[in-house]
Formats: sequence, C-alpha cells, structure tokens
Amino acid sequence: MRLTDLAPGQHAQVAAVHSTEHLAHRLAALGFRAGKLLQIMRHGALSGPLHVRLGTTDVILRRSEAAQIEVLPLADEAAPA
Amino acid sequence: MKRIALIGMPNTGKSTLFNRVTGASARVGNWPGITVDLMTAKILVGAHMAEVVDLPGIYDLHGYSDDEAVVRRFLETTPTDLVLLIVNAVQIERQMTLALQVRALGLPCMLLLNMADEARKFGITIDTEKLSEALAMPVALISAKYGEGQPAALKKIGHALDTPREAGTAKLDALITPEQIERETTAALHQAVHVPARLPEHLSDKLDRVVLHPAFGLPLFFLCMLLLFQAVFLLGTPLQSAMTWLFDHARTLVVEPAVHPLPEFVQGFLLDGIWSGLSTVAAFVPLIVLFFLFMALVEDSGYLSRAAFLTDALMSRLGLDGRSFVMILMGFGCNVPAIMGTRVMRSRPHRLLSMLVIPLSLCSARLQVFLFLIAAMFSPRNAPWVLFSLYLMSFVTAILTALIFKRKYHSTEPFVIELPPYRLPTLMQIWLRGWMEVRHFLHRATKMIVIGVVCVWILTHVPFNAVPAGPDTLAGMLGRALQPLLAPIGIDTKLTVALMFGFIAKEIVIGAFAVIYGMQGDTLASHMATQMDWVQAVSFMLFTLIYTPCVSTIAAIRAESKSARFTLLSVAWPLVLAWLVSFIFYQSARFLLGH
Repeated sequence: MRLTDLAPGQHAQVAAVHSTEHLAHRLAALGFRAGKLLQIMRHGALSGPLHVRLGTTDVILRRSEAAQIEVLPLADEAAPA
Repeated sequence: MKRIALIGMPNTGKSTLFNRVTGASARVGNWPGITVDLMTAKILVGAHMAEVVDLPGIYDLHGYSDDEAVVRRFLETTPTDLVLLIVNAVQIERQMTLALQVRALGLPCMLLLNMADEARKFGITIDTEKLSEALAMPVALISAKYGEGQPAALKKIGHALDTPREAGTAKLDALITPEQIERETTAALHQAVHVPARLPEHLSDKLDRVVLHPAFGLPLFFLCMLLLFQAVFLLGTPLQSAMTWLFDHARTLVVEPAVHPLPEFVQGFLLDGIWSGLSTVAAFVPLIVLFFLFMALVEDSGYLSRAAFLTDALMSRLGLDGRSFVMILMGFGCNVPAIMGTRVMRSRPHRLLSMLVIPLSLCSARLQVFLFLIAAMFSPRNAPWVLFSLYLMSFVTAILTALIFKRKYHSTEPFVIELPPYRLPTLMQIWLRGWMEVRHFLHRATKMIVIGVVCVWILTHVPFNAVPAGPDTLAGMLGRALQPLLAPIGIDTKLTVALMFGFIAKEIVIGAFAVIYGMQGDTLASHMATQMDWVQAVSFMLFTLIYTPCVSTIAAIRAESKSARFTLLSVAWPLVLAWLVSFIFYQSARFLLGH
C-alpha cells in the first residue's frame, strides 16, 4: 500500500521508500525510514499535498512524492496516540 | 581569531540563535565559490575572539540540494575551529542523524539542543551530562528565543575553543552508514532522553483544523494576505511620503544652497541625478522595514509553511510553490521587497522563476500612472473596467511567464517540507529581521539605483543647451530613433521619453508628462486627452504595465540573483512581452475600429 492510499486520520508504518537517492535522503532526514510510525493528518484540497505526522515532526509533501513511499496500515488500536 | 560554524536543519532556530548571540553586528560575508549570502559576525567567547558563520539550514550532509552543496563546500575549504550543531530538542531523535554525520567529518563539534521551552511542554526530558558522555562532545540545552541557558552554553563554547589545535577542514569522504547512525542514536538517546509515549495535544492541532480546513483554509489565507497587504501599504505610504518630504526639504534648505556656486549643469547633475537617486533609495526604506516586520511574523509564526500547503495545488502547475505565491501577491504593493522576500525559497530555480514573475505584478507605483491616465481618458463609467482589465492582464502575463519559463527554471528540489508548530515570534526577532533587510538593501542596491537615475538625467539633459526632456536631447533623439519600433503600438516620441523616465520609478512617468508637455494637473490631463485616443492610451498603459522593471527592482534582482545574465533576462523578457501585448492590442483595435 502506498502513503497516498491512506485516509486522513489513519496510522501506518513505513515499509520502504522507492525513490531516487535525492528524494530518499530528504525523506529519511524528515523521518521516513523503514519501521517508523506515522499518521495522515489531512489531505490538501484539489489534489494538494499530504500532511503527515511522524513522532514529533509534522511534514507536508506532494502526492507524487508520497506515492513513492510504501506503508503498512495499522489497526487503530495498535497505533500510539 | 577562531572560526565557529553553525549547522542545523531548517526550523531549528539556528538564525534566531545567531541573531541573539551576535546582536545587530552581523554582516554578509563573502566566501569563494559560494553563491548564497552567509551571515557572519565577530563575537567574544570566553577568552577568544571568534568569527561566527551562519550556514544555511540543511537536512542531510550528503544530499543534493543547493544549500547542502554550499555547506559541504564551506566545510571543505574553510578552516573551522568548532562546529556548533543546533538541534531542535523536540525532534532530537530524528535530527541526531545530521549531528552524527557532521561529527564523522573529523571537526571538533558541540551540540546545542534548542527549544528547551517547547521540549518541556511536550514532557521531553534530556540529561545533557549523559548525552555528552555518549556522544563524546559538549552538549548544552538552550532556548535561543528567550535566551534561556545561553550564558552556560557560551561558557562551554569558550572551553571548547581553549583546546589548542589547528583549525581544520572537513574530510568529506569520511562517511558514516545509516546503520551506524541508527545504532549510535539509539544507544545515546536510550540513556539520556525520555520522550513520553503519549504526546499531549498541541494547540497547533486545534489551530490547524481551522487554518488548513479544506474549504475555509484558502479563503482565510486570502483574507490574511489582504490584511497584511493593507497593513504594509497603509502604514508604508505615509512613511514613504514623509521620507520624500524630508529629502525634498533637505534639498531646498541644505543641498541647493551648498551646490549653488557650481556651474548650472553640475548643479543639475548633483541635484537631479545623484540627490534624486539617493531619495529614490530612501523612499524604499520604510516600505522594506514594514514588509519584513510583517514577513518575519508570517514566517516565524509557521504560517508561511501553511500557505505553501494551501496553495501548492495551484502553484505546482505553474512550476512554483506556495511560498512564491505570497511574494507575487506582495509584489502588487511593491516589487522590491517581494524580490528580496524570495530568499525564503531555498531552491535557486524556484527563486529565479519567482523573480521573473514578480515584476509583472501591477505595483502601487504603476497604479498611480494608470489612475491619472484613466481619469484623463475615460468616462467614470468605463474607468473601473479599464483598471480591472489591467489587473487581469497583470495576472495573465505572470501566469504566461511562469508557464514559458518553468522548464528553463525547473527545480529538482522535492516538495517535502516540515510543518513547524505555530510560534509567536518575539519583538526582537521581528525587529532584527527588518533592520537586517534594510541594511542589506542599502548596501547592495544604492549604487545601482543612483547610477540608473544619473543615466536618465544625462539622457534627458544632454546636450545642455537643449530644453530638458525636449526633442533635441539624447532622450528625444533616442525616442525618434525608436519610432519605427514604437509607432506600430501607438507610442509617439514624447511618450517614449516618458517611458525612459519610468525606468527610475514608474510613478515618475506622471511627473515626466508635466516636464515633457510643459503643463500641470488638470490642464495636462485635458491636453493629453487631445493628444491621443483611448486605443493609444490603453496600449501605452499595457506597455507601462509590463515593460522593464524599475531600476530599484532591477537592483534588487541583481543583488538577489548575483547573476548579470539573469538580470539581463529579467529586463529583456518583459520588454519583448510588453511590445507583443501592446502590438496585438493596438493593431487589432485599430483593425476592428476600421481606422
């Protein structure tokens, strides 16, 4: 499943990042590393960017970039608040 | 002299720390081969004088962005005694990566955990002693915004500089693998840092539900921008007039008597050339201070990143991002601070594309010219529609320019940015920003603006026996020479000379009419109505709207882009576009009207 497939409010775990090295570096620096937990906060209107929370960091990224991140969705009770 | 480099990720409060430690003494430093401005300042730490350099915020030392290349180049070529790593204490786990990458370069490092106040609110506790031991470098917990922990941190920095050793450069091939980083981070943080499993709901979450609302977010953003715009220009315009008044009075009371004994053309050169140039520069000062006072508020509060989120769907199609939208909007007040404001964009192609688009915004100076001409040429019924069409044209040319050049200035920078929590900047943060920007503008742009004004004075006054701005001056001759080019768009010799004046500042065009036609106010307006028809007037206004940015805008573009070639393009492209738009309008209007 890709990051773009998640609904707002859903929790997930990063499975893998399939992107160019350039983008992978930036994503890793902002916390998108395999095994990390995240939550989709909201989708921007008109196919706008995604707002994602990873631990104490909030990130916005375009859908084209988010589509390169593979995630494992988590059931709500398994997710940390 | 010791050298200290500040390194940290964006939004860690690195510049806030720099400004707090160095006060207003910072200067823009020059470093070989580095194309972005690096602020530097000399301060006394412990027993040492040290030069502190504020390097751009980076996410990764081995990434590919422009800023990352700048930091690598700096560390590789500039001997450094101490690297201060600034880390947001709230995000210590994620930001440790950069700290460990830098430590691997073999330079002496010290870790500054900033935003101690926010970490406390999140319930995060950090044992700096244990962390220092685990990382084998000094660690201090501070709040750069409020100055908390600063004296203790400075003492530690002083101690770190006590160790006698040669300042070194980085060995960039000394890589550390992501696995090593992960292992070291876990080991170091396990002992020293405690992050609660459940984070308290932040005030930011509640605000974001309103500010980033899918339906109301965008209208709210436009409302905020409108208020901001009104505030800057409602406050700025009287201040600008006051500055002009001050310079005019200084001219009649001091400068004119002082140069009186000199020959007449030297007087003209000094008064209408040099002095006018200086007062043009001065008129921008209040506007730039105000603009950046408000920009600091928008940026440091975290709203600018939200604006990027809200407008990205629209702007990404134009090859720009949401931050350029804010600057283009501000350009409708004045292009100069808007151009300077593009510095918030960290990717060079994005900045250049924005700088090419901003001068097409119908600024308040052009508005004055249009109001004058529209009142002279059109009935009160039609007037609002003409003005509205000009605003529409301003948007159309901006969008067209972005679409044409978006491939040339294609940014490879991914749109993945941090959304910082809402923060209330302190008055000192806001004031320092305004002050620094004005100094930067005066330092970089004064010379070019004065030269530009002097050139126009020479054009319109040489030879000295001719009537100023008349047909026998250089300007008049140039105007005649350009007739084959400008007659097809309905612009005669006199209007051409007025356009040359407009190069100094667009609002001068009205003053130029007065000089060229030798009339004032209503007489001038009614005389001009007999001199041209409405088709010519609209064609002239379209040309004035689009053609060459004023000299102050060009000076700002030159200072910000640091490229003569790009500056040339930013002058040439609008000229070509202005001619094409006016030509299409003028010729089709003439054709449709049948004469």
